[in-house]
Amino acid sequence: MLSIDRSIVDAIVAHARRDHPDEACGVVAGPAGSDTPARHIPMDNAARSMTFYEFDSMEQLRVWREMDDRDEEPVVIYHSHTATEAYPSRTDISFAGEPNAHYLLVSTREPETEEIRSFRIVDGVVTEEPVRILEPGVDPHAVQSYMFGQSPATVDYECSGR
Amino acid sequence: MAIEVRIPTILRSYTGGAKVVEGAGDTLGDLLADLDSRHAGLKARLVTETGALHRFVNVYVNDEDVRFLGALDAKLNDGDSVTILPAVAGGAFGFAAAAAIAQHSAAAGATRSARGASVAAR
Repeated sequence: MLSIDRSIVDAIVAHARRDHPDEACGVVAGPAGSDTPARHIPMDNAARSMTFYEFDSMEQLRVWREMDDRDEEPVVIYHSHTATEAYPSRTDISFAGEPNAHYLLVSTREPETEEIRSFRIVDGVVTEEPVRILEPGVDPHAVQSYMFGQSPATVDYECSGR
Repeated sequence: MAIEVRIPTILRSYTGGAKVVEGAGDTLGDLLADLDSRHAGLKARLVTETGALHRFVNVYVNDEDVRFLGALDAKLNDGDSVTILPAVAGGAFGFAAAAAIAQHSAAAGATRSARGASVAAR
């Protein structure tokens, strides 16, 4: 499960919307071993493409060194898909090189709907995990979990049994 | 000749968990061969079967990406620091999709020229 502050999710979605229709990418660093994403670092997409993203290698060296100096690690690595669902492509899987990271995907295909999903990708195996968004000032034990890209705007609150 | 090499998390299984190891070599290729003699399997994760640097990793000598320094032929000096990072890349357009589109447009091109030929025949 990925637990992440609402303010960071909002910043990631804003970055993805801003760069749409190109794919956006970045990192959320957190204290090493904490599994807590704390510091949002939007990165340049060196590919500047609607279907591919690639960190600029020099920017990545700078950011990774900075994390090392601060005893942080990349807790979340995110990117957007701009016309398709928020699910890892084969390219995403073959490149996934941070076994401890949560791979967060944002789809910007629907302008009004927030579609966020999180995955672990280890040795080519993709495992989806729930995303728990921590709302400010809300008892964390009362927060709902969202999965499969649902957000409060799209959750169907009607009772089943139709 | 000692060169410090920083190993990313994903490759630390080859170095017994060590974050930094030392090696020797006049070029990056030599250094990787030297490292592989003590950390068997490491080189295969960095160099392809055809002897090129793998696309899934970034290797830096001091502050430079080795792709701009001659890749595996990059010259090394005593006291240099080599950093290995996993390249971060991906995107919606999978290799499979790219291949399918290329095939599709090749097929479309063939259809177009066939149609052109039949028009010309008329």
